[in-house]
Amino acid sequence: MAIPARSIRKSYDTVVACAPVTVPYTRFSPESAAWWIGRALHGLLRQSGLQIKDLDGFALSSFTAGPDTAIGLTQHLGLCPRWLDHIPLGGASAVVALRRAARAVQAGDADIVACVAADTNHVDSFRKTLSTFSRFAQDAVYPYGSGGPNASFALITKNYMNMFGATREDFGKICVAQRDNALGHPLALMKQKLTLDAYLAARPIADPIHLFDCVMPCAGAEAFLVCHEDTARSLGLKTVRILSTIERHNAFPDDPVQIRGGWAMDADDLWAMAGVTADAVDFVETYDDYPVISMMQFEDLGFCKKGEGPDFVRSHSLTNDGSFPHNTSGGQLSVGQAGAAGGFLGLVEAIRHLTDTALGTPVPHAKLGLVSGFGMINYDRGLSSCAAILARAS
Amino acid sequence: MSPSDLLAFAQAVASGAVRVIDLTQTLTPDFPTIALPPEFGQCAPFRLEEVSRYDARGPAWYWNNFTMGEHTGTHFDAPIHWVSGKDLPDNAVDTIAPHHFIAPAVVIDCSVQSAGDADFTLKIDDLLAWETQYGRIPARSWVLLRTDWSKKSYADFAGLREDGAHTPGPAPEAVRWLVEERDVLGFGTETIGTDAGQAHHFNPPYPAHFYMHGKGRYGLQCLTNLDQLPATGVVIVAAPLKIRQGSGSPLRVLALVATMGDGR
Amino acid sequence: MSKPLIRPKRKNPLERTRLPLLPHGQRSRTAHGLTLAAAQGRFALQVCDECSKTIYPPRDACPFCLGAQLPFKDVSPGGRLVVETTVRISTDPYFRERTPWRVGTVQLDSGPLVIAHLHGDTKEGERVTLSLKLDKSGAAVMVAMPALETPSMEADPILREMTCDPQFRRVLITDGRSSVGQAMAKAFSEAGASIVFVGIAHPWKPFAGMDSLAKLAGVEIVPLDVTDSQSVADLAAQNGGRIDILVNTAEHVRSGGILGRAGLTEARDEMDVRYFGLMRLAQSFGPALRFRGADGQSSATAFVNLLSVHALMNWPAFGAHSAAEAACLSAAQCLRAELRPGGVKVLNAFFGPLETEWFQTVPPPKLAPSALAKAVVTALKQGLEDVFVGDIANDIRERLAANPKALERELAEG
Repeated sequence: MAIPARSIRKSYDTVVACAPVTVPYTRFSPESAAWWIGRALHGLLRQSGLQIKDLDGFALSSFTAGPDTAIGLTQHLGLCPRWLDHIPLGGASAVVALRRAARAVQAGDADIVACVAADTNHVDSFRKTLSTFSRFAQDAVYPYGSGGPNASFALITKNYMNMFGATREDFGKICVAQRDNALGHPLALMKQKLTLDAYLAARPIADPIHLFDCVMPCAGAEAFLVCHEDTARSLGLKTVRILSTIERHNAFPDDPVQIRGGWAMDADDLWAMAGVTADAVDFVETYDDYPVISMMQFEDLGFCKKGEGPDFVRSHSLTNDGSFPHNTSGGQLSVGQAGAAGGFLGLVEAIRHLTDTALGTPVPHAKLGLVSGFGMINYDRGLSSCAAILARAS
Repeated sequence: MSPSDLLAFAQAVASGAVRVIDLTQTLTPDFPTIALPPEFGQCAPFRLEEVSRYDARGPAWYWNNFTMGEHTGTHFDAPIHWVSGKDLPDNAVDTIAPHHFIAPAVVIDCSVQSAGDADFTLKIDDLLAWETQYGRIPARSWVLLRTDWSKKSYADFAGLREDGAHTPGPAPEAVRWLVEERDVLGFGTETIGTDAGQAHHFNPPYPAHFYMHGKGRYGLQCLTNLDQLPATGVVIVAAPLKIRQGSGSPLRVLALVATMGDGR
Repeated sequence: MSKPLIRPKRKNPLERTRLPLLPHGQRSRTAHGLTLAAAQGRFALQVCDECSKTIYPPRDACPFCLGAQLPFKDVSPGGRLVVETTVRISTDPYFRERTPWRVGTVQLDSGPLVIAHLHGDTKEGERVTLSLKLDKSGAAVMVAMPALETPSMEADPILREMTCDPQFRRVLITDGRSSVGQAMAKAFSEAGASIVFVGIAHPWKPFAGMDSLAKLAGVEIVPLDVTDSQSVADLAAQNGGRIDILVNTAEHVRSGGILGRAGLTEARDEMDVRYFGLMRLAQSFGPALRFRGADGQSSATAFVNLLSVHALMNWPAFGAHSAAEAACLSAAQCLRAELRPGGVKVLNAFFGPLETEWFQTVPPPKLAPSALAKAVVTALKQGLEDVFVGDIANDIRERLAANPKALERELAEG
């Protein structure tokens, strides 16, 4: 049977994202995930002037809400949505929530979708999450040194270095630039300047991963609204347009070690749908749980070719005022990784830069931003990848 | 005997005028038992399992369960034990007339002979020589063979060599003579059995068992402290447990000895 | 090469004993296919019946064809170490005190990618041989070994976490009267055990081989009667804290089944020596073994049961004996669960008739006690949980797997 040619994707028309909310992160929190989700929703209502009953769509991402999922939390939080989604995609959850919510709004299934990601961080929740993260993690990863994602990314990083000649200095440049960006961001947990020397001298965690290659698990929440442009306007909210999005899972299973993500399959589609080219983008928010994966995103999203990531980094300055503003908040590496909220960090940050509400140093004249997500180390690699191109409202 | 005589006896025991000598080995798990070829059923050694000791299994009390064979430790052999006595009346420990459990005893001291010869066998001549010194062995009395075997290490006590056990015991004709000519109540030893270690080569094999039990007489073995007894003037209290159809039983064997006058 | 083991220094008696911790041992039901293979020292992965692809990690549907029949089959353990890392910081308490710890990604010749523990002599980019081992939690893990043997390979600290090598360990052989007990004492002495305590019941009863037993290097004769709770408790009180491997050689073999026997005396003896003997040993020595599961290089590491293979299926010619052995097998499974918190393994060695007096009338093939002893030492070195020694044991195992009912009938025929 012949499989029909791929359908032409519809644009998102007048559907917009707005009302970026960040509940300030803390290293540890005695509160529950529900508390953090509640604070995020509260922030959305305060910013938009909406009431709970106005939120007729709810998309949730959280690792620590268990045993509850989105449905249980509707009762906990007093929501009565007519569209509900629970998106367990970690670092890919923001773009996936955005594109699903946008289609729901576009189709009339919901008018105002609250997209929320929140996680608490009890003193022992990180370890507990790791050992039961997935069946493959339980059966085939965690018993091997229990290094968690550090060990998984150590293998990916080492292999990438072996294959493409990336050096620790290259990764260090990414981390140092992000820290520079974070120093202007009031909510970043990392407040001290990072030098390349300090980066290189940091203690090893899982070779070649060292301390400043790793994100710091913390508690926090991020949220935004998806609705029609005129709905937002009536609420007095500044908006960003959604030019294109992509999503892909379990791409390239035959690569012995992950050297690329699903973006490499879909990037052409992303640019084509948006009708722009890579050089038109003013800033990029990658998913940065380790610098190697940011470097892969530069390649796979088309900013350079596979294997050119190290050179690309060497030839650009990555700060907000640089030639390639990247992870403008400081990213998870400097703001902290609040579980699934870490997946929302870039998208919420992008909305701010495109609506002139940046908390930190603004990217000058930002009109187009690319947000990329990556998530779910199920076994030996991240399975989910996604990206969106967002534009300043015209 | 009047009741006051009996009470006087009890007072004599209490005052020490009648000395009570314990002829019993302590029951312990490692005390040797009779060794048979491994394909035969075996005599169970003494085993103690604590039931509780002021703990969760019994907060205020201490007690044990124990298991052992009828022929473990210091024990009594009933006639039913041997095939030669299997059809006799009242031949099991529960049916033996209870007055047989208290009886006089004579002690034949062969400790010197046994010391030099683990295979020493008691002969009629030895018994006649004893009678020359101490007088005729009274009817219905126990004959106890002193060898000082109870003082030996377990290995020497069992006396096991490649050709079996080597321990002293009575010759066939001596046992027969004791039963038929002196009408004794039973035969007692310090060794593991009433018979000599090599008695399976005798004719008949195991004569102490064969003749004693065949004529309704009893056996006592694994006795100790025989060296503390006079040759005559001893009363033995040896009452086995009342096991229905029991072939024998571990028991406490007590010897009563008068302290005044010549025990002989 | 691995750093060869050196005889450990005497432990400072005032030093606190490190308590045992376990790596994460929870596995999916399907993953226990690996546990089975590891317990027996095989290397098996799922192979799809439909498309013949080899699959890992364990799955319930084939990712190549969605086939649902994915039996574990012995496959080639060869592969290449693609990339490695050294974990220096771990979230897990067990690994925290054992870092640095090397792990890596191995691409198997048969296709799958495997995250594996790395033997110290493996090198990135080079060929390795994967081995399935049971870690301290009792769960199966992949260990990448150098493709070719290297010096002192077995001394690798990662490997030693998964194995029970008797070298420099103190062993208790519970019964030295039997030829099996004596063969075992010799094998452990030769394997470099630092002390081989050999239990002797009824020391007043001489036995064949007593003199040569006492002359073996490291052998120390101790009084022990597994049928006497007090004797077992006494030895444990005296030496229990010094025993790293306990090998229960106490045997009681008599022919006959149920109807051919009168009464229970024999059966009680069988149960007393074998089943209750195991219980007594476990109750007296088990707590200290479990407590000392992480006590340095020569920690307590294994409790070894010698079991007739007829524990798995009754052989009516030795029917009552088989039943007692089955009771021991069941108790051993319980003990395995109870010793696991200490990371102490229970090794069950299954065998058929032995070249001993109690199998005198049984025709060959029969297993020499020395062969059994050698196999037990080898199985400990490999860290196995179940080993089938000799032709009969392996024959029974295969027939049991193929058709238990056929085996039951055939054993009844003789």
